[in-house]
Amino acid sequence: MTSDVDATAPKYLRDKYAIIGVGETTYTRGSNLTTRALGTWAVKNAMEDAGIPASEVDGMMSYSNNDSTPSPMIAGDLGIRLNFYMDVYGGGSSSEALIGLAIGAIEAGMCNTVVVFRSMNGYSQVRIGGTGVRAAAPIGGDAVHTAPYGWLSAGQNFSPSFMRHMYDYGTTPEQVAMVKVIHSEHASNNPKAYYKQRLTVDDVLNSRMIVKPLHLLDCCVETDNATAVIVTRAERAYDYRNTPARILAVAGRVCKPRIDMHFQHGPISTVAGYYIKDIIWPNAGVGPEDIDLTGAYDAFTFTTMLQLEDYGFCKKGEGGDYVSSGIMRLGGERPNNTSGGHLCEGYTHGMNMIIENVRQLRGEVDCYCPTDNQGRRQHTYDYSGGACRQVRDANISMNLGWAMPGTGSSMVMRKG
Amino acid sequence: MPQGEYRGMNLSILDIDHENVAYFGYCADHDFRLQKCVDCGLLRYPPGTACPWCQNREFEWTPVEARGTVHSYGEVHQAIQTQFREHAPYMILIVDLDTQKGEPSEHEALRVAGNLVTPDGELAPPELVKQVGIGSRMRMVFADVSEGLALPMWTLDEDAEQPENPWRYPQEYNGV
Repeated sequence: MTSDVDATAPKYLRDKYAIIGVGETTYTRGSNLTTRALGTWAVKNAMEDAGIPASEVDGMMSYSNNDSTPSPMIAGDLGIRLNFYMDVYGGGSSSEALIGLAIGAIEAGMCNTVVVFRSMNGYSQVRIGGTGVRAAAPIGGDAVHTAPYGWLSAGQNFSPSFMRHMYDYGTTPEQVAMVKVIHSEHASNNPKAYYKQRLTVDDVLNSRMIVKPLHLLDCCVETDNATAVIVTRAERAYDYRNTPARILAVAGRVCKPRIDMHFQHGPISTVAGYYIKDIIWPNAGVGPEDIDLTGAYDAFTFTTMLQLEDYGFCKKGEGGDYVSSGIMRLGGERPNNTSGGHLCEGYTHGMNMIIENVRQLRGEVDCYCPTDNQGRRQHTYDYSGGACRQVRDANISMNLGWAMPGTGSSMVMRKG
Repeated sequence: MPQGEYRGMNLSILDIDHENVAYFGYCADHDFRLQKCVDCGLLRYPPGTACPWCQNREFEWTPVEARGTVHSYGEVHQAIQTQFREHAPYMILIVDLDTQKGEPSEHEALRVAGNLVTPDGELAPPELVKQVGIGSRMRMVFADVSEGLALPMWTLDEDAEQPENPWRYPQEYNGV
């Protein structure tokens, strides 16, 4: 426990807020829908999950890279009158940060219940890699220090950090490939996952090289989808249909020094988690050993490893051992991304990992286990392919959100 | 306004972006300069609007010896931009300049990005890519784009002692 460490934020909000509803669209490539229609679909599903009427939702937030539809359009479609909304620019790491800001908005008395959503046609409209229309746009100012070197996409940008970790600590391609292997196992038990096939280390290492050290299968899938979560005060949270997930702490867009060019302030194989850990653990009042399951962002296999290491789930430099040891597997000590994550389920900038952890804490993930006559899953805890993915006794979860090596967010939740 | 086409990209720097106009302007003269804080005397990269260590906004463009050691790299095998495809695999190098390395704190350095190129500025062929890794000694050359605009690039420093086996990613792909 590290709760005796001075926190940088007040602890009095610990456990005072909860996620009462989660929802998503299907994960597809080629949704044939607008981000407005996708967003409405996901928010509606989250409201049905909570059993909350439109009259009791009065706040809405979203984030995008100018590839979404603003909150007022979604709210209008669903007959929600807003007392507060905020649509911000951002990608990965925004999910946890916006949940923190939603708590702030409620705490300030601006509204009572906030939907946070992310809607994106990440495959059929705006692709993260900067291909298509974005690649043809003029390059000006600070981007002239990067783009003309053929240094554009997330994988290209992060590759020197990943490579240096291998140099500094002897991390091997085989170790890191295990992140994909394990997430593919989890996805094979997730009916929603875009890629459900179980893969091997050889599958990863034999897939084509994109940018060293990233093979194709070290990189996440790009999909079209929307995702939503509903945040309200803990004392209200029990008025709704499902067991709430209580929020112990959040950290939002914490940065390393000099993220204008991440490499100036080393060690470059250290990520923002190094700084986040000093906020999230004291504020949550728990430590790594208390966490039952993690949702470590997996835009790339390396991303998961670097974060778990810098948050203190293992010693610095031992991330390769951690991710290849079996700890992260279903049935292991601390499963990671039990939905299959961005590598296999779909790409939603971290939101699907929060949704998954909420369902895990409820004990109600949607796997292939049979349901009883009330529609409740009768979990078998058989983690072979096409079976169960519910974690036994899932009481405390952590999300580790990532924007880039230098910026990240986090949230710790407990079973309500 | 410095602008020009480079490998199919339209590069353009606004006149009000004085720091970048000056930086790339010196590069166009094949004269590598960085901003030196008039107060604490530290150099900074990339160009910025204040000193990250003492917050002073005043600086002088100062000539810097453009040699250093590869700190890390990316090696792109599947290029996004069309005009890079015929040159894949190409390297993106992060080079620690000898100047100010380990200052003002142990893990800081002026880490200057650039592609691996031949001495005459062409993107490196595969047999050259294979020779370069973490620890390789580099010197800067420039890729001319237009009047007032050139890009820093890195080539192997022929005058320096090279490590016998610079560290490279352990798996080869298509022979590289």
